[in-house]
Amino acid sequence: MSDLNALTIAEARDKLRAKEISSAELTDACLNAIEGSGALNAFVHNTPELAREQAAAADVRIASGDAPAMCGIPLGIKDLFCTKGVPSQAASAILDGFKPEYESTITQNLFDAGSVMLGKLNMDEFAMGSSNETSTYGDVVNPWRRGNDDAALTPGGSSGGSASAVAADLCLAATGTDTGGSIRQPAAFVGITGIKPTYGRCSRWGVVAFASSLDQAGPMTKTVRDSAIMLEAMCGHDPKDSTSADLAVPDFEAMLTGDIKGKVIGIPKEYRMDGMPGEIEQLWADGTAMLKEAGADIRDISLPHTKYALPAYYVIAPAEASSNLARYDGVRYGHRATLEQGDGITEMYEKTRAEGFGAEVQRRVMIGTYVLSAGFYDAYYNRARKVRTLIKKDFEDVFAAGVDAILTPATPSAAFGLGEMANADPVQMYLNDVFTVTVNLAGLPGIAVPAGLDKQGLPLGLQLIGRPWEEGDLLNTAYALEQAAGFVAKPTKWW
Amino acid sequence: MSIDKDTAARVAKLARIRVEDADLPALAEEFNNILGFIEQLNEVDVEGVEPMTSVTPMRLKRRVDEVTDGDLQDKVLANAPDAREGFFAVPKVVQ
Repeated sequence: MSDLNALTIAEARDKLRAKEISSAELTDACLNAIEGSGALNAFVHNTPELAREQAAAADVRIASGDAPAMCGIPLGIKDLFCTKGVPSQAASAILDGFKPEYESTITQNLFDAGSVMLGKLNMDEFAMGSSNETSTYGDVVNPWRRGNDDAALTPGGSSGGSASAVAADLCLAATGTDTGGSIRQPAAFVGITGIKPTYGRCSRWGVVAFASSLDQAGPMTKTVRDSAIMLEAMCGHDPKDSTSADLAVPDFEAMLTGDIKGKVIGIPKEYRMDGMPGEIEQLWADGTAMLKEAGADIRDISLPHTKYALPAYYVIAPAEASSNLARYDGVRYGHRATLEQGDGITEMYEKTRAEGFGAEVQRRVMIGTYVLSAGFYDAYYNRARKVRTLIKKDFEDVFAAGVDAILTPATPSAAFGLGEMANADPVQMYLNDVFTVTVNLAGLPGIAVPAGLDKQGLPLGLQLIGRPWEEGDLLNTAYALEQAAGFVAKPTKWW
Repeated sequence: MSIDKDTAARVAKLARIRVEDADLPALAEEFNNILGFIEQLNEVDVEGVEPMTSVTPMRLKRRVDEVTDGDLQDKVLANAPDAREGFFAVPKVVQ
């Protein structure tokens, strides 16, 4: 019974229900894979005992014949989720040693469905980054390489550990979070599927906050079907998150018919960026042709404020971060700096935060502080919120005109080398999210689907953006694209 | 709008992050790069546009104002770097 860890959720569910395999065997296969994966640096806190315990309980439940789809499925959990009694650090030194006394709603939902937690996954510190190079645990390495070149590549970020772990078959699927593209960009960089649902679909309770008006959790999986299955288990109304939507959760998997005849797919002209690599342009054209072939009606559309999404994001997200991260003060949890004789409470705050936060987090907290400070609030923060209204209206207008989903590239390039952007201006790194960040600003669902390989053999992804609350329809369009693209490539194991 | 060394120091102070004097000029330059990028927003006509407060039109749920949990002192203090006699301990605040 080899390579159980390479199964999809749907395959594993069917084998578990058919009693062909047990969750204990499946979990052991993943734990073994994790053991040999140190070079990827994806798993940072392993929980094998908890995993075996949960797997045994899942096997009992499956034997009783009444188990949900996620029962017995071994998962990796991004370090941003608070998990009771298990280190939850948001990949930051400022949360060194923090073990929550409570469970996030999403992990609780997954555990209630019988899922197994293998451990916590590496990420960019406080989910701020696009290359997983800002983590206190060190860089995550992409299991993909450029042909025979052994240079280490980024898995993207911020959910880089989740991406690397799923692509390397260390787990069947993983949780991710997405504030500006942090599920979709890494999914595209490693050739897996990742969906950010509509804002409010998943509870944010117990998820370490970065930018509360933008943050959403979602699944990162090997297939679109798996995303449908896992998303259903994750989402739902939560009284503990006042922005969580009190809406029924549909059976997303049942909506995967692959039939998209007559669906209107918009192709936004503003996403055709200057200097876009030819391969990305070709991939986008190929994806458009596939959807047309499948019966969709392709329509050119305009989202005129697209260009202003990144600058608006880099006001709003840091502003919210500066407020959310004010709680890390060395008083209630995590790191406190060693103080010198005579140091007062202000020195304690300042030294603790200087030691505990990495450079990128410090930079964003300070930018956020600046744009919210007296005299600049209107010029920066309020202006950005007005532009955000216009960005959302762009989408509302095209949806009102009959567009069902929008097709774009997921990223402006394939995975780049770790360290390659070390000397670049921070703004250069921010450009990674140019195609994804609009979706967070507008609160829409967006999904990245692997659609091809570039000349160097690296995966490339396409993004589909859907109408609010219509994840089921979006997943079905993504399913049709997945079927047409037929992406089955896997990284060659070197780790 | 250009940020100088003194402004950078003031922002660091407001953010309660210690930045060494020697690091301030580089920090100011980074701020200027990022703010330069943000300046593009000035090209947009936002006349009469409402600033967004909620991305999905929703009225925040309300609940009855009553105690729903409590008696969790041990758990609340469990992760504190310094807890004494049931309190968080910090350096002296009042002289």
